[in-house]
Amino acid sequence: MLELKNIYKTYEEQPLLKGISFTLAASETICLLGASGSGKSTILRIIAGLEQAESGDVLWDGQNLSGVAVHQRNFGLMFQDYALFPHLNVFDNVAFGLQMKKWPKAETARRVDEVLAQVNLGSFAKRRVTELSGGEQQRVALARALAPGPRLLMLDEPLGALDRALRESLLDELRAILHKTGIPAIYVTHDQQEAFTIADRIILLREGQIAQVGTPPEVFANPADGWVARFLGLGNIVNAKIVGRLEGGRVKVESLVGDLNLPCAKPYNAGERISLLLRPRAEVVEAGETLTGVVTDVVFREQAFRIELEDGLYFFVPTMCTIGQTVKLKILQVECL
Amino acid sequence: MTRSRFLTWLAPLAFLGLFFFLPFARILALGTDFASLRPSFWGQTFNILVFTLWQATLSTLLTLLLGLPLALLFARYNFPGKGFLRTLTAIPFMLPTVVVAAGFNALLGHSGWVNLLLTKAGLPPVTFVYTLGAILAAHVFYNTTVVIRLVSTALAGMDMRLSDAARSLGASPLQTLWRVTLPLLRPSIFAASLLVFLFDFTSYGVILLLGGPKFVTLEVQIYIQALFMLNLPAAAVLSLLQLFCTLIFSVLYNRYTARATAPLKPRAAWSQAPKTNGEKLFVTIMVTVLLAFFALPLLALPVRSVSRVEPERAQRTVQAPGLTTSYYTELFINRRDSLFHVPPVNAALNSLTYASVTVVLSLLLGFPAAIALARPGRFEKLLDPFLMLPLGASAVTLGLGYIVTFNRPLPSIQCSVDSVQFFLPTVHCSLNTARWVLLTSPLLIPLAHTTIALPFVIRNLQTALATIPQRYREAATILGASRWQVWRTVDWPIIARATVSAGAFAFTVSLGEFGAASLLTRPEFPTLPTAIYTFLSHPGGLNYGQAMAMATLLMVFTGLNIFVIERLRLPGTGDF
Repeated sequence: MLELKNIYKTYEEQPLLKGISFTLAASETICLLGASGSGKSTILRIIAGLEQAESGDVLWDGQNLSGVAVHQRNFGLMFQDYALFPHLNVFDNVAFGLQMKKWPKAETARRVDEVLAQVNLGSFAKRRVTELSGGEQQRVALARALAPGPRLLMLDEPLGALDRALRESLLDELRAILHKTGIPAIYVTHDQQEAFTIADRIILLREGQIAQVGTPPEVFANPADGWVARFLGLGNIVNAKIVGRLEGGRVKVESLVGDLNLPCAKPYNAGERISLLLRPRAEVVEAGETLTGVVTDVVFREQAFRIELEDGLYFFVPTMCTIGQTVKLKILQVECL
Repeated sequence: MTRSRFLTWLAPLAFLGLFFFLPFARILALGTDFASLRPSFWGQTFNILVFTLWQATLSTLLTLLLGLPLALLFARYNFPGKGFLRTLTAIPFMLPTVVVAAGFNALLGHSGWVNLLLTKAGLPPVTFVYTLGAILAAHVFYNTTVVIRLVSTALAGMDMRLSDAARSLGASPLQTLWRVTLPLLRPSIFAASLLVFLFDFTSYGVILLLGGPKFVTLEVQIYIQALFMLNLPAAAVLSLLQLFCTLIFSVLYNRYTARATAPLKPRAAWSQAPKTNGEKLFVTIMVTVLLAFFALPLLALPVRSVSRVEPERAQRTVQAPGLTTSYYTELFINRRDSLFHVPPVNAALNSLTYASVTVVLSLLLGFPAAIALARPGRFEKLLDPFLMLPLGASAVTLGLGYIVTFNRPLPSIQCSVDSVQFFLPTVHCSLNTARWVLLTSPLLIPLAHTTIALPFVIRNLQTALATIPQRYREAATILGASRWQVWRTVDWPIIARATVSAGAFAFTVSLGEFGAASLLTRPEFPTLPTAIYTFLSHPGGLNYGQAMAMATLLMVFTGLNIFVIERLRLPGTGDF
C-alpha cells in the first residue's frame, strides 16, 4: 500500500536520511526503531507531507503523493506529546477531523462517541484537554487520529512521555486497537521492548540508513551486525579473528573466549577480524569452561542472576555468585556476526 | 512595621501625595461642580467622546492590519536584517510624540519631501498633515510594535505541531489558520488591541500636532478648556470622564490578560528561512512595507533639518537647494521677531536641565521604595498599586491638576520652640503663606516629570533587586566572600545597571514629555517639545526648519538614551 523509494533529506546541511526505502502492507504494523537523531520522526513527517524530501518518492497504491497536500492525504498522525488543541475540549478535539470533512452533526457526534468508547474515555467528552492526565491525553490523541478513519496511522513515540507501568498497559491496548481496526500503522520508537511488542515488522534505523528489516523473531535470531545486536541488547559483542574455514559453512575463530568452531553464514576469509555475539545465557561449571573471570557485580533477576565480570561482559547464570569470586563459565550460545 | 521601614516610605509617599493625589483630589472637587457648566457643554462633550472613540477604534484596526502580518513575519521567518528591522519597529514607541509628528511633517507635510518632489514634477501637492489620515498613520506608526511584540511572542511560543496536527486531520492551510492558529492567538490579539486602543484613546501630541484645530479629542479638549477658555471646571469634568474611560479599559486589559495566560506551552523560537515562492513573496512585501513605513519618517526628519529648500532670510528666491546648517545656527540667535523672548537653544538647555533634575529626584525617591518593594510585606503589597497609579493618569490631566492646585501660594507650617518648662518644650506653630507660587516656578515641570517617571523607575529598580537570587549571595559567601565582597560582586553589578537604566528612562520620559509640559511651560522657559510645537504651528520656512532641527536634536538625545536602556536591560524585563 505505502511505498517509500530512496528518500534523501538533509537537515541544517547535515545528511539526515540517506536513501530510505520500504513498503507497508495492508493491516500491517511496522515499527521504525532507532536512537534519537536517527531521523525516524522525519520519515513520518515526510510521509504525512509536512516536510519535503530532497529526493525520492512516497507512493500510495502506486500513486505518487508529491502533489497531494497534507490535508488531502487522509493519513492520521499522532504526535509525540499529542499536540491536542488546548482551546478545544475533548469532544471538539476528536471531532476536528470529521468537521474538516464536513460530516453532518449527528454522524460526527455518533462517531466521536464511538472512538472515545474505543479508547475507554466514554465519559470525557466535555472535559478540557488541559485538565487530563498524560495517559488520558494520549488516548484522546489516539481517538482524534482514528476518528476520521485514516487509511494509514502514524504514531510518533506515542508512549514516550508516560511512566513505565502506564506505558505497558497502554501498549497492550494500542496493539488491540490496531489489530481490531486493521489500519496499517507505522510506529516510531527508540524503545526496543515497545517495538518487539507491537510490530509485525521492525525497521532498524542507524544514522539515516536502514540497518535491518525483519519480524521480531527474525531480528532477534539473526542480528545483521554487531551494532544491531548491541542496540537491541542481545548480548556481549567481542572481537575475534578467523583462523580458517571448515566444511559445512563453519569457521574456526580465535577470541578471548577461546578458540571456537562455529557456523557462519557470511563468506569470511582466514585472517579477517569479525565480531562474535555471546548470548548472555551461561552456566557456572567446574570444567569445560569457555571463559574464566572475576565477578564484579551480581543482580537477582527473577529466574537468574545477572553477573558482570571485570572486563564488562555480563551473563545470566542460574547459580548464586558472590562479588570477587572467580567463576568458570560455559557460554551456551556464541554466534558469528 | 518597623520605624526604619516607615522612614523609607515617607519620602516617596509624601511626594506622590503632594504631587499626584492632591492635584487629582482638586480635579475631583472641581469636576463634580456641574453648576458652572453651560448647557451646550454636554452635547459638545458627547460629540468629542464619540470622535475620540471613533479615531481610537479606527487606529486600532489599522494597527492590527499592519501588525498581525508583521508578527507572523517576525515569529515564523528568518531573513537578513531581521534584528535591525525588529528594533526599527520598536523605535517609534519610545520616541516623543513631537518627534513623530515632526517626522511625518518632514515626509508628508506642506513643505515635506513628498510635496517638494510633487511640486517639482509639476503635480498637485497632497494634503496629509491636519487630516484624519495623519492621525491614524501616526498612531499605527507608534503602536504597531505592541501588536508585533505581544502576538509574535504568542506565535513563537505556540506549538508548531498544533497546526501540523490540524493539517494531518484534513484541515487546509486556511482552515488551520482560522480554526487553530487564530483561536490560540485570540488572547494575545485581544490584549494587544486593548492596549493599543488605550494608547490611541489617550493620544494627545499626535492629535494636536498632526490633526490640527479640526480634530478634538477629550485630551485635547482638556487643554483647550484649561488654557484658552480658562474654564477650569469644564476641564476638570473632562479629565474625570477621561480617567473613567481609561480605568475601564485598563481593568478590561488586566482582567483579560490575567485570564488569557494559560494553556500554551512555551517552546523554543521556531522560525526558518522562507522556502516556497509564496513565502518569499510575503517576506519581501512585508519587509518593503516595513522599511518604507518605519524608516522614511525617521529619515525624512534629520535630512530635512539640514536641507535648504526655501529662500534664506533677506533673499527673494530660493538659492540652489542644498545642505545648510542655518536652521541649527539660528537656534542660537534671539531675534526680535522670534516666537520666544529667548534664543531657541534655551529650550534644549531647559529640557536637559529639567531631565537631569527629574533623574535625580526620581532616583532619590525611587530607591527606598524599590528596596522595600523587592521584599514586600503586607504593607508593601497594599501600597504597590497606589505607587503605580500615576502610570494610568494622563499627563494633560496631571498638568491640569497642577494648575488648579498650585495656582495659589502654598500654605506652610512654621514652628518654633518658645521655652522649656519641666523639661518639656513649648512649641508654637503657625500657618504661614509662602510668598512664591509654585505654578510660576520652573521647578514645576521636573516635579510633574518625576511623578510620571517614578512608577517606571520604581518598577525597574525593584525588578533588578528582586532578581538577585539569595542563592547567589549564599554561593558567594560559601566560596569565601565577605559581606562587603558579596555586595560588591553580586549586588552592585546588577543594581548599578538597573540604576543607570532607570535614570536613562527617567531622562527620556522628561525629555520628550509633551502633555503636562504643554499646560505648565511658561513662555520664558520653553522645553524642546513645546518649542517644536510652537515652531511647527507657525508658518514660515525658517520656523519650519528650526522645528526640524530641534526635533532632530530631540530624536538624537532620545536615541542615545534608548541605546543605553536597551544595552542595560536585564533579561526578561521590559515587556508591557
